[in-house]
Amino acid sequence: MLEHQQQKLIHTFSALADIGQEVAHKNNFQEMIQTSLHLLLGSLAIMRGGVARYSKFGHELNFLAVRGLGDDFPLSATLEMSDEREFLNTGMSEIELSQAKMLAFFQRYQKVLSRKKIEMIMPLIVRNELVGIVFLGEKASGDPFSKEDKAVVQAMARHIGVGIHQRNLMAELARRAEENRQLYEDMRLTYKDTVKAFATAIDCKDKYTEGHSVRVGKYSEIIAEELGWKEEEVEGVAVAGYLHDVGKLTVEKNIINSPKRINAKEFKELNKHPAVGYEILMPIQHPYTDVPLAAKYHHERLDGRGYPDGLKDNEIPYIAKIVNLADSFDAMTTDRPYKRRRPINEVVEDMQRNSGTQFAPELVTAFCSGLLKEVQGKDKSRRFRRLLGPEYLEFEGLEPILRSALDDVNATSSLTLIASN
Amino acid sequence: MKAELQKQEERTATIFAGDYLNKITGEKIELECRRKIQAGCDTLVVNFSETEIVNSIGVSILLGVIDAASQAETKVVFTEVSEDTSQLFEMLGLTNHVTMQ
Repeated sequence: MLEHQQQKLIHTFSALADIGQEVAHKNNFQEMIQTSLHLLLGSLAIMRGGVARYSKFGHELNFLAVRGLGDDFPLSATLEMSDEREFLNTGMSEIELSQAKMLAFFQRYQKVLSRKKIEMIMPLIVRNELVGIVFLGEKASGDPFSKEDKAVVQAMARHIGVGIHQRNLMAELARRAEENRQLYEDMRLTYKDTVKAFATAIDCKDKYTEGHSVRVGKYSEIIAEELGWKEEEVEGVAVAGYLHDVGKLTVEKNIINSPKRINAKEFKELNKHPAVGYEILMPIQHPYTDVPLAAKYHHERLDGRGYPDGLKDNEIPYIAKIVNLADSFDAMTTDRPYKRRRPINEVVEDMQRNSGTQFAPELVTAFCSGLLKEVQGKDKSRRFRRLLGPEYLEFEGLEPILRSALDDVNATSSLTLIASN
Repeated sequence: MKAELQKQEERTATIFAGDYLNKITGEKIELECRRKIQAGCDTLVVNFSETEIVNSIGVSILLGVIDAASQAETKVVFTEVSEDTSQLFEMLGLTNHVTMQ
């Protein structure tokens, strides 16, 4: 007899250990609940039962797993506020159906619970919160639930309750993460729209270079893409391009719009715009790094002959080198009041010639490579044609010129890569 | 007489519990038993010759089989059950619902 008792105890304890493992380690929630119900029913040989999760928002009980309750058993039930209070008052103690007639919940569901021979229910309460209910039918032996049986049910139900609670927390975390992601996305869009509006405002000031900031943003984007940068880094470079001339907002309109070459004094005034741009952009919390630095140093040259600080190669932030090339390319390929735009072959030759002195060679390579892909028809996006006009690239012999430029330009400049850090 | 015996044999289905019984995948065994019961077998034999132990999941699955069989008034027979498992079934009350052979 003692040996039999021992065997039963081992059977029950194994089930308890298994249910703990299930809840702690199973990733599949539905399978965890199903297995836990098996373990609970099998530990005491209970003929039927179910596990329901309680949603406090909808005041609904939804069955996650049922065994032996048949197809006509309702898979959801509604709880009144008073039911929830009563269950919370009961705590994690079993409620036998025969003693529960006074509870409003049982009065509503008495018929179906009796028909399905439900004998006992166990509210699942974790941290003073009702997370679910376990419904249990009769034992295969026909015996009533003993005090020990109830203790076993309580212990196992506690595990199931914790499993449901964990799942609820995870779902809540996922919901909040998604909400944050959405908020971030909205903020990013707002930021981008603001940046574009700024770019338009900058370009409005200069009637001769309409669309310049937007084009510089797009060319910068192309260079970063050709360099294989990540999406958010490409976006950052584009923003830097859009805003590189923001300092021009403070420069006299008649200097910017001068139909003739400006004098030395006017040059001095105009050349303040990178530093002013930096001052404007610095206090803003940009989602991308080094946007203000791009504004400040986009007129620097590798040979140190640029302005405002005469920085040399490695001293120039990489993002500023990209914007510098994009800016120069746009200046050469658009009409100015005192100068017509130059044909594409000359522009490529200029970039090639100034590679290593004005422009970073690997950026010239990236730019020419992007251009070549479009000329060869390998890139169907027509991104250059959209910016330059459809005919501008229809230049006979452009492909060999680009090939030659790519062969000639050696990527010798060491990368500072500030933007990608 | 021979035909009658053959007919009787056809209405007895045997299922081997195996080791799968003790895992959630053991539900397949229950499903198979339900199929046999629905197909009209009047005796369902569950053979435990390849089953070393039966855990709580296994007991729960067997209760599912017993429940389905009782609704269809199908007789359930457990055969080749080890002594330990037999004692466990007895203690848990499963033997109230099945014939042990």
